Amino acid sequence: MNTVAVIDYGMGNLHSVAKALEHVAPASSVCVTSDAETILAADRVVFPGVGAIRDCMAEIRRLQMDRVVRELADRGTPLLAICVGMQALMDTSEENGGVDCLGILPGRVEFFGDALEDDAGARLKVPHMGWSRVHQLRAHPLWANIGQDERFYFVHSYCVTAERATDVAAETVYGRRFAAALSHRNLFAVQFHPEKSHTAGLQLLANFMNWEGAC
Amino acid sequence: MGLAKRIIPCLDVDRGRVVKGVKFVDIRDAGDPVEVARRYNEQGADEITFLDITASHEARDTTYETVERMASEVFIPLTVGGGVRTVEDIRKLLNAGADKVSINTAAIHNPDFVREAAERFGSQCIVVAIDAKRVSGEHEPGRWEIFTHGGRKPTGIDAVEWAVRMAHYGAGEILLTSMDRDGTKDGFDLGVVRAVSDAVPVPVIASGGVGNLQHLVDGVVQGHADAVLAASIFHFGQYTVGEAKAFMAKAGVEVRL
Repeated sequence: MNTVAVIDYGMGNLHSVAKALEHVAPASSVCVTSDAETILAADRVVFPGVGAIRDCMAEIRRLQMDRVVRELADRGTPLLAICVGMQALMDTSEENGGVDCLGILPGRVEFFGDALEDDAGARLKVPHMGWSRVHQLRAHPLWANIGQDERFYFVHSYCVTAERATDVAAETVYGRRFAAALSHRNLFAVQFHPEKSHTAGLQLLANFMNWEGAC
Repeated sequence: MGLAKRIIPCLDVDRGRVVKGVKFVDIRDAGDPVEVARRYNEQGADEITFLDITASHEARDTTYETVERMASEVFIPLTVGGGVRTVEDIRKLLNAGADKVSINTAAIHNPDFVREAAERFGSQCIVVAIDAKRVSGEHEPGRWEIFTHGGRKPTGIDAVEWAVRMAHYGAGEILLTSMDRDGTKDGFDLGVVRAVSDAVPVPVIASGGVGNLQHLVDGVVQGHADAVLAASIFHFGQYTVGEAKAFMAKAGVEVRL
């Protein structure tokens, strides 16, 4: 049976991710857990996250999920990181006065800024909350049956700037250009919430459930 | 190509049923909340707001069950409000599947509750709901105050100042309802919508008074709202969410089609 573990480190609403995975892959087994052995034994793993990065990183380290995520990255297990889960993969985040993250992907997490404007000079609110277009920069199995510039649901005040341009699988513009999705070998990370993005989001999760971890 | 303006159908839920009254009287039954939410999801709603208007505390478990059922079937963001008073209430709602929780009266009694909630769960899931009523005369500059108890009890707090303060305390979004317009179908109170939208750095949802599709456009274009919320125009089949979006797109508002 296709097993998927959703890493539970006590932050945020994991119910939504788990329910969406069950919805797209009813024949698979979805498990929300912080048990290292269960996570490492799963066919694929989702690394979610909401809230402030300092608290997230503290819980990730306390539960030794940092080691687990590193091992998953090395092993080649298909891993989908969502929102703060994506941010946690980077080197550092500006949030909470500067926080060291996992350093699995090179790059930094930056604040959108207080004086954010669109092309026409209109003020943009932060958090970036709502449905924005995601521009795919390369073909990837997780983009199967998802249209170019499809809208996904975002809610975040900090965004990722990747060091390697080749890691950026999609970008979105909200006052500035930022990485909406990163892809590196068996890792795929998204700033938006596929579990809240209706048809397109469910399609991405369905693609993940069929992905063997190759680009 | 930017961020789409959101259309949010609102479900007022009493003891597990969707209801909608005009100024809190003449409540009509509008169905099972999960059925209604699923219909709006299919029509292209950008979010769902669920307001628990059940007065009794015993019925609270029904709310958690309904939220849980809804979150298992509807894969768009879900905001739940009504009677949220403690960090434990928030935790329970988030665990049941809510993405955001809306705080209203409890913020007025204890503003630090908003700060505590935002620190604990992150600003992205803390919405502060404001019920505002115009207190200035027709020909005076607009001034609005916060009212509680369904618009009956004045607090003396200026609505715009309050919204700014709540955003500063960590609210990630403001849900602004005009008590003068709620249920009237006369359109939003655009004065207060614009005053609050222009004053706060976070997104604002305009609510109260939508009777036709032009009202939705006005809320965004004249009121500068980031999202528009409506209930009765959708509940009783006057318009679908899809029709509302098509109308807004034609009027030049960027929406998710």
